[in-house]
Amino acid sequence: MQILLNGEPIATDARTLDELCAKLGFAEAKVATAVNGSFVAAAKRGLTPLAPKDEVEIVSPRQGG
Amino acid sequence: MLTLYGERFASRLLLGTAQYPSPAILRQAVEASSAEIVTVSLRREAARARAGQGFWELIEQLGVRVLPNTAGCRAAKEAVATAEMARELFDTPWIKLEVIANDDTLQPEVFGLVEAAAILIAQGFQVLPYTTEDLSVAERLVGVGCAVLMPWAAPIGSARGLINREGLKTLRAYFPDTALIVDAGIGAPSQAAEAMELGYDAVLLNTAIAKAGDPVTMAAAFARAVEAGRLGFEAGLIEPRDMASPSTPVAGTPFFKIDRVS
Repeated sequence: MQILLNGEPIATDARTLDELCAKLGFAEAKVATAVNGSFVAAAKRGLTPLAPKDEVEIVSPRQGG
Repeated sequence: MLTLYGERFASRLLLGTAQYPSPAILRQAVEASSAEIVTVSLRREAARARAGQGFWELIEQLGVRVLPNTAGCRAAKEAVATAEMARELFDTPWIKLEVIANDDTLQPEVFGLVEAAAILIAQGFQVLPYTTEDLSVAERLVGVGCAVLMPWAAPIGSARGLINREGLKTLRAYFPDTALIVDAGIGAPSQAAEAMELGYDAVLLNTAIAKAGDPVTMAAAFARAVEAGRLGFEAGLIEPRDMASPSTPVAGTPFFKIDRVS
């Protein structure tokens, strides 16, 4: 299925947000996630199913002012 | 001591971590500034990338308190979700809440700001809102539970200093018990000192140090300016006056003649 990952369309067969993170190499990474504009806690990623056209954000710490 | 949500800090200078020439200069600048609090952000991470990890390791080595921001958010909902992600990543209830109105001025979108602040405070966040010096907005923010306000001095990165000095002065007078931090628009150490002389609790800046010819020396300059301004405020500044007032005693002036007195 097609989803939007950080604003870019990608194809994935991940069933949950947790699976998607693992496939992208983020399993142990210091990242936070949101789906369709709402925060999803790390502990809830496995319980968060993905559907076509879902908009997923995966973010990490960065410089800021 | 600076007190923010019950925590005390010796330094009254908060530092942004963006735009430095290198990670090494960022580290040296933070050390030279004596800042105990630095701001950070969240940005999209590319698949299999580790940009965030590297930056985070640098910040951890600094041993400072982290204040995550919601920079770039244009609506309350975005800011709330960003704050929630930041709380999980940085393990802090603190959030520098930014809801931005437009790209030219980067001025706070104050309606969304108040809305987001109320939602986040209900969720247990300790909100440090980036706001204007507007009194009515400040009242709303304090009303929903903000114990810290961070009014701008001028647009972010503009280096114009205290554009509305009187407005900032009024805000200080109106909220004697709220921690007030001038955030954004400071370009020179003298401007930071001016904010501190007004009785502001602290100054938050980034570009003025990061983009200076020598960021490490500039960090030291700002540290001293903030300290000098605070000491000046605590010592009690004299009131300006229109006409001169001699500092040397008039009595006993040599060659004094009474007909010279106008």
